[in-house]
Amino acid sequence: MKKVLVLAEVRDGQLRNVSLEALAAAQLIADGGEVVAGVFGADAAAHAATLAHHGATTVYTAAHEALGQYTPDAYTQAVSQLIQQAAPDAVVLGHTAIGRDVAPRVAARLGYGLVSDVTGIEAGPVFTRPIYAGKAFQKRKFADGKVFVTIRPNNIAVGTADESKSAAVVPVELDIKDLRTIVKEVVRKTSGKVDLSEAKVIVSGGRGVKSAEGFQTLQELADVLGAAVGASRGACDADYCDYSLQIGQTGKVVTPDLYIACGISGAIQHLAGMSSSKVIVAINKDPEAPIFQVADYGIVGDLFEVVPLLTAEFKKVLV
Amino acid sequence: MNILVVLKQTFDTEEKIVIQGGNISEDGVEFIINPYDEYAVEEAIKLKEEHGGEVTVISVGPDRAESAIRTALAMGADKAVLVDDESLFGDEFTTAKVLAAVAKKVGFDIILGGQMAVDTGAGQGGPRLAEELGINHVSTTVKLEVNGNQVRVERDVEGDLEVVETSLPVLITAQQGLNEPRYPSLPGIMKAKKKPLERLSADDLGLSADEVAAKTEIVDQFLPPTKGAGRILSGDLAAQASELVQLLRNEAKVI
Repeated sequence: MKKVLVLAEVRDGQLRNVSLEALAAAQLIADGGEVVAGVFGADAAAHAATLAHHGATTVYTAAHEALGQYTPDAYTQAVSQLIQQAAPDAVVLGHTAIGRDVAPRVAARLGYGLVSDVTGIEAGPVFTRPIYAGKAFQKRKFADGKVFVTIRPNNIAVGTADESKSAAVVPVELDIKDLRTIVKEVVRKTSGKVDLSEAKVIVSGGRGVKSAEGFQTLQELADVLGAAVGASRGACDADYCDYSLQIGQTGKVVTPDLYIACGISGAIQHLAGMSSSKVIVAINKDPEAPIFQVADYGIVGDLFEVVPLLTAEFKKVLV
Repeated sequence: MNILVVLKQTFDTEEKIVIQGGNISEDGVEFIINPYDEYAVEEAIKLKEEHGGEVTVISVGPDRAESAIRTALAMGADKAVLVDDESLFGDEFTTAKVLAAVAKKVGFDIILGGQMAVDTGAGQGGPRLAEELGINHVSTTVKLEVNGNQVRVERDVEGDLEVVETSLPVLITAQQGLNEPRYPSLPGIMKAKKKPLERLSADDLGLSADEVAAKTEIVDQFLPPTKGAGRILSGDLAAQASELVQLLRNEAKVI
């Protein structure tokens, strides 16, 4: 590829880690070609140095007021116009709430194919992605036209930053109009918490947690580990926690470095959502629970005894 | 109100995946309505109950998809269109073009669908279809209110809740939590057998296989490597907790 464009994403003033992973993905796709980046928002230029350290030779910035809050119309216009101005051969976005929403729409507008939720890249380029929530995988390539992918967080390693590199910063003029969505309010239920899809460590609970209060025990362990809290469908259906925490074939598919399953039996639809985690710990009273078959380490016991012990042990070594 | 529901038939989420000769085996597999599309069907029926109108289920897929469509009709949808013409099967680009042709033919005020299908998991269908039709979309919806032409949506954004307003026509994708899908009643199942299901081909839709040809192709499908058996710790629980922390730090090196 001659030129690969990464659309970087800023959340709470910070570049998202998946955007640095997207730059690493872009290097693989470029295979010696050029990597450039685009970033939106009032402080877009402030992120140019970091993007350059991770391989972007040009950083396109757009500070248009309509881009402060995501809407499909504004972002579809902005991303489409950025692609037309930068004229790349390939485009990479993170498979985030924004990426998964805007990329298909841009692909339809520009008549491109799109491979979503990529977890691996080989020469060609050939892209690996999970199907059936990770029960199987497929490899895809582009028949013709532009290469356009979204990459799943936590799967493509961030490259080493080279602080001697710098990038040309190019402000782009965008024509954004006819917006049909008004965002009235954003209720931050996750503020101060780690996002499940990007979390390196997840502490997850099932029916064995028994109540909403029971999840507080898991939250305490998560706090010590800097982890996100997740849940099985059983726990969500029983109203112990919000559906936004659900991990499985319905719900989120996660690939953290460490997944600690507490009181989760391991139904196949849950295993689909987490069995690609690098290391899995299972804590369950029932030694026959299927979760132990995918676990690297297992403790047979009552989670309400085991989890506080683990919290105390991790405190000793981490705090 | 003219309500369209886009639906896909998928494997039951409890099914294991078996690959034979590079293809995913359908032998003995239980098929269901894609769970996210089932929320869309339920929401469409609720909209009809509140505002009147008609619910049309549309789908692109093989003949077997009829059973999922009949289930949606039994839940309360009024009629259905199935595009089972294999010359119109391809990738996400293809399916959106075909669904757009169907939607234009049937007509709509609002379109509902799942936020993704649990088999391919791409989540491209909703935004692509909306763009093909030139209408707005709102994805991962957990609450929907329609008042006249005005639409108010609460949507899940990576665990946060976003409240947005827009207007008809719009495409809405359903997230878990939107509603509790009803079970089809026995009279509903009986009635569904007689509800109209129209099968359409490329010719019926004025499409050629060339113009909707896939932009991407599948070159391989495979199962993930199976994991070796893990280690079940033993001893008193305090000692196990201590050992586990050491293993995670020194052996697995993840902490």
